[in-house]
Amino acid sequence: MNLASRDIRHNIARFALTTFGVGVLLMIVMGMAGIYRGLVYEATLLVDSVGADLWIVQRATRGPFAEISRVSSSLADRVAAVPGVEHARRFVYHTIQREREGEPLRMAVLGLDWPVDRGEWLPLIAGRPLSQNHYEMIADRSLGLRLGESRRLGKDDYRVVGLTGGMTDTGGNGFAFFTEQDARAVQFDQPGEAIRLQRATRRARTGREDVGQTEPGLIDRAGGLSANIPVLIPGQISAAIARTAPGAERQAVLATLNSWTDVTAFTREEQAELLLHGVVEKARRQLGLFRTLLTIVSALIMALILYTMTLDKLHDIALLKLIGAPNRTILGLILQQAVVMGTVGYGIAYALGQVLFPYFPRRVVLTNDDLTQLALIVLGISVAASFLGIWKALRVEPNAALMG
Amino acid sequence: MSSNVGIETQGLTKVYGSGHTEVVAMREATVRAEAGQCVALIGPSGSGKSTFLTAVGLINLPTSGRIYIAGQLVVDGPHARIDSRSFRRRSIGYVTQKANLIGFLRARENVELPMHLNGAAPKTARRRADELLDYLGVGARSHGYPPELSGGEQQRVAIARALANEPSVVLADEPTGALDGKRGRQVIELFRKVAHEHGAAVIVVTHDHRTLDVFDAIYEMEDGVIRLATGDHFPNMLRRSEA
Repeated sequence: MNLASRDIRHNIARFALTTFGVGVLLMIVMGMAGIYRGLVYEATLLVDSVGADLWIVQRATRGPFAEISRVSSSLADRVAAVPGVEHARRFVYHTIQREREGEPLRMAVLGLDWPVDRGEWLPLIAGRPLSQNHYEMIADRSLGLRLGESRRLGKDDYRVVGLTGGMTDTGGNGFAFFTEQDARAVQFDQPGEAIRLQRATRRARTGREDVGQTEPGLIDRAGGLSANIPVLIPGQISAAIARTAPGAERQAVLATLNSWTDVTAFTREEQAELLLHGVVEKARRQLGLFRTLLTIVSALIMALILYTMTLDKLHDIALLKLIGAPNRTILGLILQQAVVMGTVGYGIAYALGQVLFPYFPRRVVLTNDDLTQLALIVLGISVAASFLGIWKALRVEPNAALMG
Repeated sequence: MSSNVGIETQGLTKVYGSGHTEVVAMREATVRAEAGQCVALIGPSGSGKSTFLTAVGLINLPTSGRIYIAGQLVVDGPHARIDSRSFRRRSIGYVTQKANLIGFLRARENVELPMHLNGAAPKTARRRADELLDYLGVGARSHGYPPELSGGEQQRVAIARALANEPSVVLADEPTGALDGKRGRQVIELFRKVAHEHGAAVIVVTHDHRTLDVFDAIYEMEDGVIRLATGDHFPNMLRRSEA
């Protein structure tokens, strides 16, 4: 006769409510692990999916994700000429914040190297890749933009032609993909007045210099479009990314690039490490700490619940001893209930998580390893938490059944 | 030791505390109950009846003295010669004043439990539990939880549980205390029936003198001293024995 199941059956409502509470608690522990995995996933998502072997960024920076990196847009052409490089592309990345329907809209802007890269590699869930070099964007669905919707960014309107699923940066902001030129236009957009002031400044400065006074035509050039002034730095990008040719020695290519004095080159693995150990490290440690604390709290709460449940049964336990039940029967009663509570609580946690985690603001990734680890922890907690109740139960004398 | 002896105690003494705080709860108690005999133990509150019963029930061992159950020496001085709990499970049925049923088990499960603990097959345990409950007149209530049963029904279920493993000894500590006179007498008569039909030695602690005529022998206890009562004290018993 299984006494644990009989007791649960008799007090099913109380047991169910208690177990549900434990389940909710375990769901939060599970969620913490999932959020950590989500952070790691999001941190390395772009690096893994963009298909680059090498990242070439501004010298002595850890860009373009861990910090700002500015390199010339011609860098991609220089990199492409390095032996062993199969293909090089411009990479523009920055985060902007606008408003949409009264709510803040943060998006990670990423420039695709049109026409080589139209976003075919993106996990599209609706729409299509870019088909023209201006005024189109592919947005992640987490941004809340609709297919066909137009957004004004800077001086231009961009129409959403495609939607991706699960493309977010380390901050959880959804990606918006533009052509690299449009991404830079969004990044470096200046109001008309600022441009007019810049032009006036250039015109005045040129007029004060000898060259302006001796060559009056230059004053007009200086006050014109900046793109038409050869001495001005061409547009800047965040980084250049490259893929090595099959059979090429990647370390040799990396050494060549690192020998250039204006850039620093990283492999894909190094870039991922920068993200994991730079950008998400503190968040990871914080989540780990919370997870540990929550696990301890769960254990304490379970111990308290099981202890209270044992206290409620002390008379029955004394009676069991009076009629000669061995200690293993009494141990089994408490331990089995603890394990059932832990197991059912874990099941509730998993089921609730499946329903609720998709609504969490950050991605929650449940891995089999984490789920197995938590299951073992819950089993351990269940057993450990029942010790207090078992200790109390073993101290009860059969005499207690004769009193009251 | 005669083979038909159910319980025999020799010089049982129980002392609580020591020095100035020493209290002698039971002094040199010598009692004998044959197998198949129903014996009453009477006496005022605090006289040591429960101390005697818990000692014989191997719950609270004596300070000195010997206890034989079914001819086997089970307690010698302050030490049990057997595994008390295991022996209690197999050979002693205990009934308390309140029915003391396990609250989360149905009536039949309460009766089945000692048999399960003793290793009985589930079907065998269920069949015997049903038989016992029928025998005690509560077969129709076997699916009820203890709070759903009346006091008398609960006590019958408790008696059924005490008899489940066919013990050689049944000990009952004021089993009629919570019952009215009529039901109390029915229960005492039930114990006598159990003793006579099942061959168990039954010792019942009682305060109810109206039922003493039912018993085969009566022991009286006062200030920790126990003695066999005679017919002079209890004419009802005398009348029955003469008849």
